Amino acid sequence: MPATTTDTMIEKARAIVDAHRHLEGPLLPILHAVQAEFGYVPRDVQPAIADALNISRAEIHGVVSFYHDYRSEPAGRHVIRICRSEACQSMGGEAAAASLLQKLGLDWHQTSADGAVTVEPVYCLGLCACSPAAMVDGDVYGRLDDETINDILEEVRT
Amino acid sequence: MTAMLEDKDRIFTNIYGRHDMSLKGAMSRGHWDGTGEIIAKGRDWIINEMKASGLRGRGGAGFPTGLKWSFMPKESDGRPHYLVVNADESEPGTCKDREILRHDPHTLVEGCVIAAFAMGAHTAYIYVRGEFMREREALQRAIDECYDAGLLGKNNKCGWDMDVFVHHGAGAYICGEETALLESLEGKKGQPRLKPPFPANMGLYGCPTTVNNVESIAVAPTILRRGAGWFASFGRENNKGTKLFCVSGHVNAPATFEEAMSVPFKELIDKHCGGIRGGWDNLLAVIPGGSSVPVVPAQQIIDAPMDFDGLRDLKSGLGTAAVIVMDKSTDIVKAIWRLSAFYKHESCGQCTPCREGTGWMMRVMDRMVKGNAQKREIDMLFDVTKQIEGHTICALGDAAAWPIQGLIRHFRPEIEARIDAYTRNAVQSRNVALEAAE
Repeated sequence: MPATTTDTMIEKARAIVDAHRHLEGPLLPILHAVQAEFGYVPRDVQPAIADALNISRAEIHGVVSFYHDYRSEPAGRHVIRICRSEACQSMGGEAAAASLLQKLGLDWHQTSADGAVTVEPVYCLGLCACSPAAMVDGDVYGRLDDETINDILEEVRT
Repeated sequence: MTAMLEDKDRIFTNIYGRHDMSLKGAMSRGHWDGTGEIIAKGRDWIINEMKASGLRGRGGAGFPTGLKWSFMPKESDGRPHYLVVNADESEPGTCKDREILRHDPHTLVEGCVIAAFAMGAHTAYIYVRGEFMREREALQRAIDECYDAGLLGKNNKCGWDMDVFVHHGAGAYICGEETALLESLEGKKGQPRLKPPFPANMGLYGCPTTVNNVESIAVAPTILRRGAGWFASFGRENNKGTKLFCVSGHVNAPATFEEAMSVPFKELIDKHCGGIRGGWDNLLAVIPGGSSVPVVPAQQIIDAPMDFDGLRDLKSGLGTAAVIVMDKSTDIVKAIWRLSAFYKHESCGQCTPCREGTGWMMRVMDRMVKGNAQKREIDMLFDVTKQIEGHTICALGDAAAWPIQGLIRHFRPEIEARIDAYTRNAVQSRNVALEAAE
């Protein structure tokens, strides 16, 4: 039932807001927590957060759309982020990314049809010394080659 | 010239993570030694010592750190004071703060206590870039250790109540600008504020705030322990001290290392990076201070002292000392186009000249890379960069304009040659088409 799901989501979001309300400047930590909970920042919970923090919905929307890290659409169960910055590019990051996208049959920002995986670009993970680098659900991978790419694919498909 | 900086004079003793990173390890290397005694010497002594050391801010602008600290109100008017550490290192080419956070975080935490004391702040926020996972974990671990050891918190051993919070960003380059960073800390969009009022009067939540780079704060305890005179013994007048350089690109061994300021470029590269790939004759150009400073051609940079004033004289800058070396295999026009694309992507959209201008510049650069342009458009492009520079709230507009200005200043013949080649090919292929039609 969609209505019930929305209601539970809003309830969960309220609980997150309550847990972070004591912080100074709590919006970013709240959004990080909401995204950790749902995998994205659902549009439906934004009014509830706005209400709790006494700011307008426009302000929430502005913040969510300003930062690259926040998603307003659900992502796949796993998120692969591949670095496309200068250091990784010069170490063959483009080719690694192309091969991974081709193996998944996806383009940037797309989610596979079974909802298993989303691929996103990222600009510098701070791992230039072991470029090309990628991050899968918060775990970082360095020195991408065919073998690591296959490992990553195996992991996200299970 | 100067001898190579010796290990005993290096501030960051664990930059490569080869030693124990824990509090115990940091203490064995001399950190957290006599922090309470330094604080006991008083606020004025610390600020005067910092001024005397000649330390200039390591975040890129090179503003004297001691002077910045002295701008904070001496007595609180009831509002709390804040120290904010800018660890949103996102400038392409820069890779120094991440090494401090990852391998030598105690230098930063100790620096926070001392700097906060000097400014009457009991709270410090460290704003770590969203993409940095390992760095955030290492820093948080260091802070937790300090709380457990009674070096942070209320009634701590240092004699100054202190809380340090790690805040993590959400993937926006512009949040490295100090006022945008404050906005972001407050939970808003990271759009820079107009100055004045300066953060020292109205910063975080409208309270007096100082924003410093990670490196500026992390070097402070060692400077105060060893004395301003020691730090000032390195480098030229007005460009004192040691500095973390991050050399990337076409050198034989790219590296991040600590070296004295004002060392000539050639010496720096030969000593630490094994020379230029393919020898010194193969050097084309260098971007000496991270992506936002203008490129300097080989013949000018080779003997230039690597410091703020030396590079300013070359119409470039030391910035964050992120040295990007390019040899003759580089497509210099395309390299600068890449930077234009970056700045277009990262413009926050607040000021029109930057929001629209970065897009214009990138599209013109797009054509310049292929040569699909008129020669008068080179002047037009230069003119556009001048319209953006200085007409925006923050320095991102300048940062987007400078690389292109540097390119046009030094590599105009290269752009023109490309336009000539493109036109020639176009004319030839048209003639062929006409002949075929006849």
